[in-house]
Amino acid sequence: MTGKPKFAMYWAASCGGCEIATLNMHEKILDFDANFKVVFWPVAMDAKYKDVEAMEDGEILVTLFNGGIRNSENEHIAKLLRKKSQILVSFGSCAIEGGIPGLANLTEMHHFFDTVYTTVSTDNTNNHRPQVEYDMPEGKITIPEFKPVLQTLDQVVDVDYYMPGCPPETHQIAAVIDVLISVVKGEAVLPPKGSFLGVGNSTVCDECGRTRNLKKITEFKRIQDIKKIDPDLCLIEQGILCNGPATASGCESKCPSVNAPCAGCYGPAIGVKDFGARMITAIASVIDAEDPDEIERIMDGIIDPAGTFYRFGLANSMMRTGKASWNGK
Amino acid sequence: MTNNFEPLIIGFTCNWCSYRAADMAGTGREKYPPNIRLIRMMCSGRLDPMFVMKALSDGADGVMITGCHPGECHYLEQNYKALRRTILLKRTLGQMGVDPERVKLVWASAAEGVYLAKEIGIFVEEIREKGPLDWPSRKNPAISIVEKEEVSV
Ligand code: SF4
Ligand code: FES
Repeated sequence: MTGKPKFAMYWAASCGGCEIATLNMHEKILDFDANFKVVFWPVAMDAKYKDVEAMEDGEILVTLFNGGIRNSENEHIAKLLRKKSQILVSFGSCAIEGGIPGLANLTEMHHFFDTVYTTVSTDNTNNHRPQVEYDMPEGKITIPEFKPVLQTLDQVVDVDYYMPGCPPETHQIAAVIDVLISVVKGEAVLPPKGSFLGVGNSTVCDECGRTRNLKKITEFKRIQDIKKIDPDLCLIEQGILCNGPATASGCESKCPSVNAPCAGCYGPAIGVKDFGARMITAIASVIDAEDPDEIERIMDGIIDPAGTFYRFGLANSMMRTGKASWNGK
Repeated sequence: MTNNFEPLIIGFTCNWCSYRAADMAGTGREKYPPNIRLIRMMCSGRLDPMFVMKALSDGADGVMITGCHPGECHYLEQNYKALRRTILLKRTLGQMGVDPERVKLVWASAAEGVYLAKEIGIFVEEIREKGPLDWPSRKNPAISIVEKEEVSV
């Protein structure tokens, strides 16, 4: 058994969907197990940080790391796994771009705690808040420290590969695992460092089957306000904000094919440096108005531009955060 | 606000109108503050909102975008696109805590050197009033966001 290359998977600030998508490989998991020894994977098996700390540097062949860096524990483990792994894959939208948890970068830190500890649904009459350190009779106890700003994995450590998606599609994960197995067997070589794996080289629009005409938008609507969605016409043409134009292909255009706009979970398409900037460009181009007041009126229909255009990519965008978050309060 | 704060402004100017207007201001010895650094584009329609974000997140305190008057763009209606982009960009930046007035769109024809110089002067003073933006970035060590440590394997 000891001869098999070692594998690890870790979750930082994430939801667990990446792990589910990975385990969804079904019988491929047997192939995987035949070729790798899983040494650390908190969701799937019991392991302790100290076991990882005791490993030799570079002892793990590949680590899939999902989730953003939200607290000191995430940061510690990111640095630890970087040291112990030959190949570190930034896995899923949260690790690559911050993902949904990264949206908290728009608000001050205390709002975050207020929501969690002081809402009507929380029974916390004395308004207790977590203390990073606490003196107990038995000694000092600590918990990880929350950071004002969520960072992406590659803002904290060096990353070898990226595998986007929220979560990455299972068939894409399986294909990447196949490549890894071939590499281990010496039948294939690794792609160049920094490559994006398991992703198409075009946009979601390109894979989307909906008809596109010359777009002239005079009104934006929220999807729940539309009585009947035309199943064949581009959603943007129906006044629904769709992130397809800026998003990397790779998901087979799943959401638009069931009448839901692309949320942008696969992250920026090749050549797109800032996801939101590309969407601002795309949306501004199709608005049919030249008068500033009329333009403002139409844009009032875009309720939450930052949350829509940076739903997954705020932490990795040019701006990275909102100004409110980094005061640390 | 610090008294000796000198705003840094990036100006994206159109080759056919405002860049020439700025040139003309110079030729005519019309003075405008040195706080603005002009970058020439072929048309205001070339403005990718990312340029503005890059400027602001890398140390600029304000951004001025200038183009041909409505109806006079050399590429038909690109300046209307620039107008719509700027409006949407300002709304987005506003949510991020950037005062939308730090981004300003000005129309100026090639003949309006005096007017453009005056507008630049006004904008510099407006930004001086607002104070430094100080966006946290790799280039701004005053704000501590931990950065990557290279770890070699
Ligand atoms: S904008 Fe959305 S609905 Fe329209 S073509 Fe692109 S992915 Fe399809
Ligand atoms: S050519 Fe000047 S704005 Fe288009």
